Amino acid sequence: MRFQRLVAQIRKEILSVLRDPRTRAVLIGPPLLQLFVFAFAATLEVENVSLAVLDLDGGKWSHELVQRVRATRMAGDVLVVESHDALAEAVDARRVLAAMAFQPDFSRRIEAGLPADVQIVLDGRRGNSAQIALGYLQSIVAELNADLAVLRGGRPPRTIAIDVRHWFNPNLEYLWFTVPSLVGILSMFSALIITALSIARERELGTFEQLLVSPASPLEIIAGKCIPAVVIGTVLGSVMLAAGIFLYRIPFTGSVLLLYAALVVFILSVVGVGLMISSISRTQQQAILGAFSAGVPLVLLSGFATPVENMPPVLQALAQADPLKHFLVIVQGSFLKALPPDVVLETLVPILLIAAVTLTAALFFVRGRLE
Amino acid sequence: MHGEAAIVLDGVAKRFGTTWALSGISARIEPGRLTGIVGPDGAGKTTLMRLMGALLAPTEGRIEVAGRDTVRDAEEIHVLAGYMPQRFGLYEDLTVQENLDLHAKLRGLSAAERERAFAEVLAFTELGPFTGRLAGKLSGGMKQKLGLGCALLARPRVLLLDEPSVGVDPLSRRELWDIVRRLAAEGMTVVWSTSYLDEAERCDDVLLLDEGRIEFAGPPGELRERVAARSFLILDVDDRRRDVLRRALDLPGVRDGVIQGRAVRVVLAGADGGAADAARAAPLAPDGAALAAVDALARAEGGTMRQVAPRFEDAFIDLLGGGPGGRSPLAERMEPVRLDTEIAVSCRHLTKRFGTFTATDDVTFDVRTGEIFGLLGPNGAGKSTTFKMLCGLLRPTSGRAEVAGIDLARAGGDAKQRVGYMAQKFSLYGLLSVRQNLKFFAGIYGIAGALRRRRIDEMVETFELGRFLNSSPNELPLGFKQRLALACALMHRPAVLFLDEPTSGVDPITRREFWMHINGLVRKGVTVLVTTHFMDEAEYCDRVAMIHRARLIALARPDELKAAAASAENPAPTMEDAFIAMIESHAGVEERAA
Amino acid sequence: MTSRRRFNAARLLAIVRKESFQIVRDPSNLLIAFVLPVVLLFLFAFAVSLDIDEVAVGVVVENQGAASAELGAAFAATRYFDTRFARDRRELEPLVVAGELRGLVVIPQDFDAALERGTPARLQVLTDGAAPNTAGFVANYARGVAEAWWSSQRAEAGVDEERGPSVRVEPRFWYNPELSSRAFIVPGAIAIVMTMIGTMLTALVVAREWERGTMEAIIASPIGIGEFLVGKLAPYFVLGLGATLACALTAEHVLGVPMRGSVFALLALGSAFLVPALGLGLLISAATKNQFVASQLALFSGFLPALLLSGFLFEIESMPLPLQWLTHVVAARYFVESLQTLFLTGDVWSEFARSIAALVAIGGVLFALAARNTRKRLE
Repeated sequence: MRFQRLVAQIRKEILSVLRDPRTRAVLIGPPLLQLFVFAFAATLEVENVSLAVLDLDGGKWSHELVQRVRATRMAGDVLVVESHDALAEAVDARRVLAAMAFQPDFSRRIEAGLPADVQIVLDGRRGNSAQIALGYLQSIVAELNADLAVLRGGRPPRTIAIDVRHWFNPNLEYLWFTVPSLVGILSMFSALIITALSIARERELGTFEQLLVSPASPLEIIAGKCIPAVVIGTVLGSVMLAAGIFLYRIPFTGSVLLLYAALVVFILSVVGVGLMISSISRTQQQAILGAFSAGVPLVLLSGFATPVENMPPVLQALAQADPLKHFLVIVQGSFLKALPPDVVLETLVPILLIAAVTLTAALFFVRGRLE
Repeated sequence: MHGEAAIVLDGVAKRFGTTWALSGISARIEPGRLTGIVGPDGAGKTTLMRLMGALLAPTEGRIEVAGRDTVRDAEEIHVLAGYMPQRFGLYEDLTVQENLDLHAKLRGLSAAERERAFAEVLAFTELGPFTGRLAGKLSGGMKQKLGLGCALLARPRVLLLDEPSVGVDPLSRRELWDIVRRLAAEGMTVVWSTSYLDEAERCDDVLLLDEGRIEFAGPPGELRERVAARSFLILDVDDRRRDVLRRALDLPGVRDGVIQGRAVRVVLAGADGGAADAARAAPLAPDGAALAAVDALARAEGGTMRQVAPRFEDAFIDLLGGGPGGRSPLAERMEPVRLDTEIAVSCRHLTKRFGTFTATDDVTFDVRTGEIFGLLGPNGAGKSTTFKMLCGLLRPTSGRAEVAGIDLARAGGDAKQRVGYMAQKFSLYGLLSVRQNLKFFAGIYGIAGALRRRRIDEMVETFELGRFLNSSPNELPLGFKQRLALACALMHRPAVLFLDEPTSGVDPITRREFWMHINGLVRKGVTVLVTTHFMDEAEYCDRVAMIHRARLIALARPDELKAAAASAENPAPTMEDAFIAMIESHAGVEERAA
Repeated sequence: MTSRRRFNAARLLAIVRKESFQIVRDPSNLLIAFVLPVVLLFLFAFAVSLDIDEVAVGVVVENQGAASAELGAAFAATRYFDTRFARDRRELEPLVVAGELRGLVVIPQDFDAALERGTPARLQVLTDGAAPNTAGFVANYARGVAEAWWSSQRAEAGVDEERGPSVRVEPRFWYNPELSSRAFIVPGAIAIVMTMIGTMLTALVVAREWERGTMEAIIASPIGIGEFLVGKLAPYFVLGLGATLACALTAEHVLGVPMRGSVFALLALGSAFLVPALGLGLLISAATKNQFVASQLALFSGFLPALLLSGFLFEIESMPLPLQWLTHVVAARYFVESLQTLFLTGDVWSEFARSIAALVAIGGVLFALAARNTRKRLE
């Protein structure tokens, strides 16, 4: 009997989301758009940026350095300017990210064996890219210096050799990071919005009372709202997973089974949050805005945009309570790092705790509304 | 303007998609008269109102309002006509005054005109003391009055009111009516659409619509006269009245029948067996065979039969081809239900306070097993609160409410399994199809497998839901929505049925059908607790409880209430008269006491 | 039809008043307009930081030599890394797998010996490539630390084999010399927050009129559709500008990001940005009456593009070409750019004028589409 009632509720919730073609479209559309469009945008690499060159020297060596810069992936259009004013204007108006300025005696000083300066102006408004671009430029200059030393007949300077290897992702493909993370972020948002709307919608449209006079117990009502969100969230997560493995050919090295277990626990912890929002919202509008107000901070604190250890201690502590932060460790690890089962389970513990807390709180919140 | 019609409809037709909502509508609505637009659900009343308000453009034909064409001069019509939509669009989070301000300014009234209009409208509607109150906090009747006030601000020449009295209690309804009457007397053209036939009867003219066509146009009395000799009352059948009604309706030649207190009212077919139609203005004698059969039935039950004056409603049903039969195929299939207690629902000193406001104050009554019990009262009197406490949706501040000896608010699933509930707005899942709704309500009451299939088929057949199975309940005509809601509430065969304004806004024929089912269910032992604004429906109840200002002011059989209200000038009051008299006398007592 | 008629100030004001009352009466609106923006601004300011600081890195020192120990100490001393030492890399590798360390610096067994011999001493840097951005930083900074240590070593030893590098780089970061990421993230975050208020809130307001049945009464009155829409949006416009000012004040006085440009320019840009933001919200509300659909549409046509395609976090020029084209119709892109300039550079009107023109053009198109879809009849 109880089982019957639960099944009826689960069917109802799923149909509420999936029966209408437009609702179905907006549930599936944004994640796909994310996957196929925005995933490519989310890169912190610096490529093809516009640069300006003010070459007052016009000699061999300034030309050589500019050619070497042009040859890199980093450089896109190179704008040649004639004066300091024009250079300043180009940076001011954001036409270029960086500008290189050579003094008239640049080549002469090099020929004479004197140190020659190249001035590099970077747009601090785009600080992150500017910094990375500077790194590129510096290494190009270092190579030039080494070549100059050889050219002068000297031995290459004695140095230490630094050998950099990137584990798990040798070419630092950004998509290998974004797509696995999207598994977590997208299933979180859909589960959050679906549950946040569930009770609020019934209350706004008057069907909640129908449910309350039926034999369904509060626990059943809550379960009836959790399970569909878990199912839909898991399915969406699976689509991302499949896209990552088969479409983007990202290596998947961990355990699928454990990842799914983690995904379900993770979604449950989010569902608890969604239900709390739903039980305190009077209208669907409030529920939606509430889900959003909860979702954005969860993403920001998860370390997806920037690493958690860059945050102030208070936020780092807060991030420990963010289920997405822990889930991202599992999903990224399962893709690239062959995350060992014991580590998965260890990381799952905080998610389980968070799920227990949010679901219990949701139970109390919803019970409170049943009065 | 005399001699010229206020509204001219000339061959008007309106199509939505592939269905024609209206066709071949030609009529003239005269200035300074109150014209009623009546007809069953889906007849096209609202579409016609919207066409006249220049909110929709006709597919064919043309409409002139005060000499302006509704397509070409829509803007001018918006200025000189007042329009009040069905659910009057009041901004619930604005105060009464703010709502009035908004509409005055939208209509471009100057400051001086506004002052005059506000004073007038507030006096009319008696909303003066409530100007600072949020519209959302007004009672249903006050909301409608405010809506009317907003539509009246610019002194429109034509006033279009789309079912202004839906969900309004008799007292407020009468007040609304008085306001509109006065306006018409002052020369305003008023068009009032309604499914209350007593209102239609009091209009100067009616346009009767059915399936998008005009079936009758003229003064209501003219239509009523067509059934002049064919209305009868079967008296003295007290306890068997439901049975008598059922059997009478199954007799050939009986066009319509309802319960009126302890009596049964029937309308017989005309002598030639057909309905009166427009071509034949003269009243027909009743069909002889039918007369004899009903008479025999009355005698067999120990009652008597008496011819009575016709009502507009009798003629209306007759014109539309008669009411439904007396059988409820649903109830007939149902196995009798048993409740082991004498008292199905009881409450003791039931009280509910919201902050300092007392919504229900010390209410005590019992509902006996197998009875139809009505809960009546003006809007905002507290009957909804009481009702919700009885079915466990609200926890009482003090006192007890029990169903079959169990407090539903604390009860487990088994107790709730015995209760059926149909909410005020037919709360159905709009995002699910009709079939999915039926499945859900079966499932939530633990019905599965073959039994579920059988019950659903049964409901679909009984309520003729077959062609709607894949549509959303939101797309259903109101009458079908109500049927679906009833089907959902009955799927699990409850022993006690709670109905919260189950017929609000539903047309008379659908209401008759609905009550046939309820009568049938009661015969099977189901206990029914119902709230309603339709006083003629109160007549179906065995007993009614009258709630006023949070208190129970009367608990009696409908006939007893009517008898108590009888006076020299009104020897045979209707249930509505009784209701109003009761409320007014009670208010009088309170004022004297204060 | 109706949109051709002249605007009537009294009717317009009536709608504005009514909408304002409604906003003020529902506390959740004010919460969204003032509390949420500030909370988000703080989160963006503190949680989204691209300044590398104290990244957890393991240092494996495989031999007991003095040079290895000194190099290890150099890694421990830098503020960029939060180091953890071990003798055996196997000890630390699982921590990289678990994501607790972002990389390893391995000073191998023969490091000291190689230095003695004068052959190139190898130093290994292993990063966690699963987080590519951090991996890049770890590699660069590790290289920097090692090179700095090496040159100081040689300076101490008095070695001066060469005259130093021939070409010296002299970098200057304009507008943001300390390169604090907050300085450019906060102005961008303001644009994101404004998108939320403008688009999300507006997307829900016209839908609400239909839902509550108030639209029918409005249509039956003499008001024109243009008046109605403008009147309805004006309060949200003011609310949006208010939120912009609140955010700017918070940025300057609480988050310490100075605003070098004028308040006038801020308001001009804010006003221009609200045109497309409100227009998009209106278009969504005209397209659907279902609130779930409306919110999802607002999410993926308003919020996500503002976050990802505005250049706020991710460099537009590094994106694939089709995406770069797409950014030209993302209103937030122009707003983010101009806000960063406004905060860090000052009033650069040539740039602002371009942005404002683009914003108004995008907004105009959105409004035209919205007006076409919001009919003043019931069909």
